[in-house]
Amino acid sequence: MNEFINEYIRRFPSAWQLDAGDVIDNAVKAFSRDHQTGLRMIKGTVISSVSGIRWLLETIPWAVLILAVWALAWRQTKKWYVGAFYAAMMTFVGCCGFWKEMLETLSVVIAAVILCTALGFPLGVLLAMSDKANRVLRPILDTMQTMPSWVYLVPAVILFGVGTTPALLATTIYAIVPMVRLTSHGLLYVDAEMVEAARAFGSTRFQTLVKIQIPQAIPTIMTGVNQTIMMAMSMVVTCALIGAKGLGMEILVATNRVDMGKSLFPGVCIVIVAIILDRLTQAAVKRSEVIADG
Amino acid sequence: MMENGADKFTTHRKTGATVALWDVSFKVREGEIFVIIGLSGSGKSTIIRCFNKLVKPTSGHPICDGRKIDEMESRELIEFRRNTISMVFQHFGLFTHRSVIDNVTYGLEIRGMPKAEREERAMGLIRMVGLEGWERKSISNLSGGMKQRVGIARALANDPKVLLMDEPFSALDPLVRRDMQFELLSIQRKLGKTILFITHDINEAFKLGDTIAIMRDGKILQIDTPEGISTNPVDEYTRQFVEGADKAKVFSARNVMHAPACLIREWEDPTNAIREMRKGEFSSAYVVDGMMRLKGVLSIDGALKARGGRLPISDYIDRNPVTTREDVLLSDIMPLAAESRYPIAVIDEAGTLKGIVSKAAVIASLI
Repeated sequence: MNEFINEYIRRFPSAWQLDAGDVIDNAVKAFSRDHQTGLRMIKGTVISSVSGIRWLLETIPWAVLILAVWALAWRQTKKWYVGAFYAAMMTFVGCCGFWKEMLETLSVVIAAVILCTALGFPLGVLLAMSDKANRVLRPILDTMQTMPSWVYLVPAVILFGVGTTPALLATTIYAIVPMVRLTSHGLLYVDAEMVEAARAFGSTRFQTLVKIQIPQAIPTIMTGVNQTIMMAMSMVVTCALIGAKGLGMEILVATNRVDMGKSLFPGVCIVIVAIILDRLTQAAVKRSEVIADG
Repeated sequence: MMENGADKFTTHRKTGATVALWDVSFKVREGEIFVIIGLSGSGKSTIIRCFNKLVKPTSGHPICDGRKIDEMESRELIEFRRNTISMVFQHFGLFTHRSVIDNVTYGLEIRGMPKAEREERAMGLIRMVGLEGWERKSISNLSGGMKQRVGIARALANDPKVLLMDEPFSALDPLVRRDMQFELLSIQRKLGKTILFITHDINEAFKLGDTIAIMRDGKILQIDTPEGISTNPVDEYTRQFVEGADKAKVFSARNVMHAPACLIREWEDPTNAIREMRKGEFSSAYVVDGMMRLKGVLSIDGALKARGGRLPISDYIDRNPVTTREDVLLSDIMPLAAESRYPIAVIDEAGTLKGIVSKAAVIASLI
């Protein structure tokens, strides 16, 4: 009797506890075995496109890159000293000795953002247009957003080994959600009378979408891109754990050696890059608002 | 449920369904302005949206040229909206990311008309609504009245037979509204469109409507010409509605008068009077005796002269100021107010000053 109480009342019955970890583990491993050619192709594409971007960034002389940031910030904020400030911050990254690492990090971020936009925008449109898609995709998006990002890392490693490819995959999964959500949000919250007007003049659904809803939603969609960039930035750093090179790796190495001084500088550099990316895209959001509101 | 005689509120309470329209039936003649009037929530916007199927009625059929609009297939409906019917919205519904001319040409663009042709047609309409020179401007540069001109030009661009106008002038201020009403009438006389016009303003209905339908709680109470409605309202509700038609004929002095801000006793000396007027920055003051009976009006000029000549103020009082009684209608006060130099004094039979009516108060009460 005592044993029964112990086993079934005081604790959660151990006989009911699942042990699915192995099952999933094996399934993922089996998948990776069975689809080796496909996975290898994906890996090849990812690696070549990321190194393509990195090659591009590295080919541009550092001074040109800094001047470009200056010019862009100047044009968007209409203040030359804002641009100068950003340029100074970028120069600081170079002085810390992390220019190459910054470009490595940036190339993964850029690749991830391109991928997120290319996949996230159509998904967002689908979500806004179809109730059914909305019902199916929403819980998936919730899961992607709330699941701790580490969880993606392990299957990504099993499928693609360590390095850039799993890092890009995990970053995309993590950072695509705001793109999808904000695209669909932007499309659904276009002024109701405007959409009614478009319909009343005989627009097809496609015409309403392309000529009215998307142009009106651009500021929200741009906010989505901005959020995606920021999330990609933070995830790429985490991805150092699975071998992504760049600023994150520097921090990881310094942390493992309990070297506070060495981990602080790449940390600051990450903040600098993030701030510059954020401000430049924020300014783009502002400008698109002006266009959408006439 | 409504078939058993329940009203819209009981039905909503018992079933959760809102009845927007019930047993509504009317005919609009070609080329007339048919005005539907009712308070908000009476179902007017729902009616008008049945005619281009932005709302699909659960039963009954809106019919245009013998075609049942609610049964149109999607292709047919799109053609119908592109060619036969168009709409003007209360808050304009303009596409803010497009310029004026790109708004006007929208209906033509989506049916594939070449750019040069549609812009030529749009320019004609932009000229007609008086926006020439503004065609490349963006919408946010326009005032409310100009925005609705764009809305009207856009609706006319695809040369529809029927124009649906959902409270098009309600968001505009009164003076602009009057201009727009006038222009709508002249456009209608020129183009002979059939117009279905929604409003909650009975004056607007009387001014524009060839036929007026009064709605309440999703039902039509009366359909008639303006004259018919104002002489023969079917029930108390329509009678009250019609009575509101001209506020100047309903409001009297009592509704708009206020206490005189500057009062002087007739025996006060000029220096005191001047001080009183200066204090409140008034150019004139009302003079009363001990019983508050109105003796006249003293202007600041008069008071200054009295002080200069060391004379009592009574020598300089205007003893025939314009006066009126509390129950006189504003429509009768208006001509007086226009003539008078001072606010009009309101007195009773005994000549006691009850209050004053300023020109501003008269005008403010009418809008």
